[in-house]
Amino acid sequence: MTSAREQLQKLAAERILVFDGGYGTAIQNYRLGEEDYRGSLDLTDDQKGNNDLLSLTRPDIIEAIHTAYLEAGADIVETNTFSSTEISQADYGCEHLVRELNVKSAEIARAACDKAEARDGRPRFVAGSIGPTNKTLSLSPDVNDPGFREIDYDFLKGVYRAQCDALLEGGVDFLLIETIFDTLNAKCAGMAAMEAVEASGRDVPLMISMTLTDLSGRNLSGHTVEAFWHAVRHLKPLTIGLNCSFGADQLRPHLAMLSKEADTLIMAYPNAGLPNDLGEYDEMPQETAELIGDWLKDGLVNIVGGCCGTTPEHIAAIARAVADQEPRKIPSISVHTRLSGLEPFNMAA
Amino acid sequence: MTSRIMNQPSSTNFVNIGERTNVTGSARFKKLILNDDYEAAVEVARQQVENGAQVIDINMDEGLLDAHHAMTTFLKLISAEPDIARVPVMIDSSKWSVIEAGLKCVSGKPIVNSISMKEGEEEFLSHARKCMAYGAAVVVMAFDETGQADTKDRKVEICERAYKLLTGICFPPEDIIFDPNVFAIATGIDEHRRYGIDFIEATREIRKRCPHVHISGGLSNLSFSFRGNEPVRKAMHSVFLYHAIPAGMDMAIVNAGQLDIYDDIDPELRELCEDVIFDRRDDATDRLITLAEKFRGTDEVAEKAAAEWRGYEVHKRLEHALVKGIDAHIIEDTEEMRLAVKAREGRPIEVIEGPLMDGMNVVGDLFGSGKMFLPQVVKSARVMKKAVAHLFPYIEAEKDENAKGKGKIIMATVKGDVHDIGKNIVGVVLQCNGFEVIDLGVMVAWTDILKAANENDADIIGLSGLITPSLDEMVTVAEEMERAKMTMPLLIGGATTSKTHTALRIEPAYSGPTIYVLDASRAVGVASQLVSDTQAEGFIAKTREDYEQVRIARAGKTGKKLASLEEARANSAVVDMSLKAPAPAKPGLHVYEDWDLAELRDYIDWTPFFRAWELAGNYPAILTDKIVGESATDLFRDAQAMLDQIIEEKWLTAKGVAGLWRARRENDDILVSPDNAEYSLPMLRQQVVKRGGKANNCLADFIDTEDDWIGGFAVTAGHGIEEHVQRFEMDKDDYNSILLKALADRFAEAFAERMHEHVRKDLWGYAADENLNNQDLIREKYQGIRPAPGYPACPDHSLKPILFDMLDATANTGIELTSGFAMTPTAAVSGFYFAHPQADYFGVARIGEDQVEDYANRRDASIDQARQWLRPNLNE
Repeated sequence: MTSAREQLQKLAAERILVFDGGYGTAIQNYRLGEEDYRGSLDLTDDQKGNNDLLSLTRPDIIEAIHTAYLEAGADIVETNTFSSTEISQADYGCEHLVRELNVKSAEIARAACDKAEARDGRPRFVAGSIGPTNKTLSLSPDVNDPGFREIDYDFLKGVYRAQCDALLEGGVDFLLIETIFDTLNAKCAGMAAMEAVEASGRDVPLMISMTLTDLSGRNLSGHTVEAFWHAVRHLKPLTIGLNCSFGADQLRPHLAMLSKEADTLIMAYPNAGLPNDLGEYDEMPQETAELIGDWLKDGLVNIVGGCCGTTPEHIAAIARAVADQEPRKIPSISVHTRLSGLEPFNMAA
Repeated sequence: MTSRIMNQPSSTNFVNIGERTNVTGSARFKKLILNDDYEAAVEVARQQVENGAQVIDINMDEGLLDAHHAMTTFLKLISAEPDIARVPVMIDSSKWSVIEAGLKCVSGKPIVNSISMKEGEEEFLSHARKCMAYGAAVVVMAFDETGQADTKDRKVEICERAYKLLTGICFPPEDIIFDPNVFAIATGIDEHRRYGIDFIEATREIRKRCPHVHISGGLSNLSFSFRGNEPVRKAMHSVFLYHAIPAGMDMAIVNAGQLDIYDDIDPELRELCEDVIFDRRDDATDRLITLAEKFRGTDEVAEKAAAEWRGYEVHKRLEHALVKGIDAHIIEDTEEMRLAVKAREGRPIEVIEGPLMDGMNVVGDLFGSGKMFLPQVVKSARVMKKAVAHLFPYIEAEKDENAKGKGKIIMATVKGDVHDIGKNIVGVVLQCNGFEVIDLGVMVAWTDILKAANENDADIIGLSGLITPSLDEMVTVAEEMERAKMTMPLLIGGATTSKTHTALRIEPAYSGPTIYVLDASRAVGVASQLVSDTQAEGFIAKTREDYEQVRIARAGKTGKKLASLEEARANSAVVDMSLKAPAPAKPGLHVYEDWDLAELRDYIDWTPFFRAWELAGNYPAILTDKIVGESATDLFRDAQAMLDQIIEEKWLTAKGVAGLWRARRENDDILVSPDNAEYSLPMLRQQVVKRGGKANNCLADFIDTEDDWIGGFAVTAGHGIEEHVQRFEMDKDDYNSILLKALADRFAEAFAERMHEHVRKDLWGYAADENLNNQDLIREKYQGIRPAPGYPACPDHSLKPILFDMLDATANTGIELTSGFAMTPTAAVSGFYFAHPQADYFGVARIGEDQVEDYANRRDASIDQARQWLRPNLNE
């Protein structure tokens, strides 16, 4: 049997693949109350807003959202586990549920993919979503004490490791470290993921996706996209790219750079533009698809999808837009030494 | 910097690594970090980047620092500074744990500096894999199990081997940076002559054989012998780079401002630099040294030309001679000064109190601030002593009653102990700082110490000792001083002494001030405060309070929970007796009247030699150490010269005896039967509560309950030393006297190493095929151990008389035992041989009252006697 890695690489050489869209908006549309979130679990804190918990209490809704994206044309869906870490679940007093959340979410996504695959015969993939947590290894939360850190590397690595182990147990095809605002968090997550994969004995590649916090093209820890690529290249990710951030148009120059420098697949899934004053995204499906069309024209990407504010309609529009387009060819890049601080540093070798 | 050496086309690819954020390279940065002034330290990093450093090297390897903490703190702080954090960092430490801690703080892709095959392939690859996992490029030192690569062939061979190993684990070749070791050239030592050319040629070859790698190096090492002469150093560095870059060197740790443009270098200087770098002429070094003097002083930081100092006025000449340790003209200069003083009707003592003391104060200040090192200070003292000796008859003639310096100190190694290197060093340093030192020598009974103190109206008494029984003797001296109602301060020093012991045992015995002195560099500060009218009271009160705190802290800890002897025995190590060594090939006693010193020379472990001189670092790296390298190289050169003489003129005789006897174990006793006279060697067992399956060890466990063997040995290299020591001391030459003693100690240790090898390969013969080099021997890679009575695995010194009896050691080697079980000559080692492959060193540490009673019983001694023997291990 060919591995998910080989299958995806083979497909990506033939066409541009489609990733799924946002889950927050979709869940909001169900207008769920505290009782829906909590279910029959014996929990002390309020759970409304703990979207990851729905994998345990309303698995039907999560599977329905996956299915909607798969039917819209997605080749890959991500698990509902963006916040299923000890750190993020601590906000809801659900640290003890970390393993169960990840295993169950992976199983739900797997089931949805298997059904879709059975229906039309197209292979589908599950990417285990690993969010950045709300803690950072690179920055001090105290402006008067720049050397202070709320957490340390070993602790965070343990947190990520627990999530990765459970996602692998649940049967994901890829581990997706996404929405990276802190490069060191991502390196830490990557190390945890590599170790978890090694322990599992399976071949589960990483997908890595950075988010930009300013238009000059840096994340919160200050790294440019190229510096970031140098910092994570040792993880040999199956895909590298950008997500969330801004809309597709603002991401374009940074994707162009990455497309040239990265000797692996590029995946990008932007927001539906920027949120309006009410925190809603009003970029229409067709608009998003058109903006992404610009990337396609220049052959910048291999996999595209959507992030905050995107819906199954957006994904359907994107799927139509990419259908006849040539996928990006992975460039062979010269052998040179790629170091980085906040900025890249290249040395001929 | 690239623009400054632009004569080479390939220099555009040259990467300049900032070296100012390195505590071993920048005194200023070190001071800031030591003072916890991280804010200013961050500014140093900022300036470096502003000045063009493309990568910044960060090193916190300093003995006084918690390197782990300093490294992580500094990395976190600079990550908050975008104009610093924009460049990659180089995490530089000799400790892997510090490197790994650093890797956990760096968000970009850094360089690790460094890893090597020093500890073998396994550790090398394990570190390399971690570098890959963290995502870091790596500097690989040309260093393997046998040492640092010095020749071209070794550099190439090691780097190529490392390259194959690394690429074999898929380490990206472009992330490998080789450092083939830039060593000091023009040192006057013949083996160093090819260091420059070998580096350049090796660089070319490594680049050819190892595609995609980089070559880096620390340039400042190259010009070590020209320290203080910046113009020459800059020229050497620039010329070296000019040739090394085209060969393939593409990175260097360098102070970017410290390079000249090749074409702008004085042509004669340039040519002579090339002569030494390429080893083009036999007299290249001498010529460069001569020419270098012309350039000295053309730089503002450079000192005045050496030849010039003879033209200084006499006062300055004396200072220069003292600071530089030059004794060639000291008598004539002292005499000139004495006549000058006399001419203005001054007294000869004024020569000492004035110019000579001024000079020694400069030495003291330089030493105190870490700008001079012990070997240099001892040389200064030699000059001082010669000057004083010259003045002495004139001073005597005047019978000057008031001739008293800062203070008079009585120093002695206590009764039962014969070790005096440390004491002599402290004595010299104190003399350098204006104290009059009356050295009573070694094995001094308390009666003589008290008598000398009274007769000389001493201000301070200083006691020294190296072996543990000396601790009790020091308590005795303190008790007797108390009984004699003395009040002068008592200083305590020496290898086994400690602040804790001083606070717990000695200070309570004496009501005068009692102060523990860690090492020679602290002695001056302590003594100065004690004789100061203004500081003494405060210092004494503070020390008392400090020691009271030690006692309070200790009070809570006494009677630490230990396993009972019974429990400890039940948890003894599982030793597989099927593995025990076969019977010896040549049992019985073997006496060696005169072992070849030339052979022993190759077995010397040099690191402890430097430690004896308070120079921190491992040999051979210490010779090129950024801080103490110059001092260590000078010392090493003197040591080599003396070794030549010792061997050639046969100053010392190495005598030794080894014995192999039938033995069996009975509980914790080892019963030995050489020639049917059965000896019992009672051993001590660890009683500290062990976790995680670790055993409570006892040396007896390594001997079978029947049909086994044990060995013993006593060796010395000290016969004949007295004559030469006296000669040096007559000549007021402490430097050579201490040097000789330190070398005799090294010979004795080397002899112990050689004898052990001889036993393993020949006499016992259980490892006949062993083939280890000296590094392996130093790292104890062989099978079996040789624990010595008085050391951690076998802490009771009083087993020595039994061992000596078994070996008939005094008759066979001339080594005698003092009442405190110290050996004379002091350059001697004795111990037992255990051959079982599982035998390993351990520390007995604290033992319980139950074992003390048991031991007393086994030794057929009173409990009080046993307690005295085992004092350092008692649980109190």
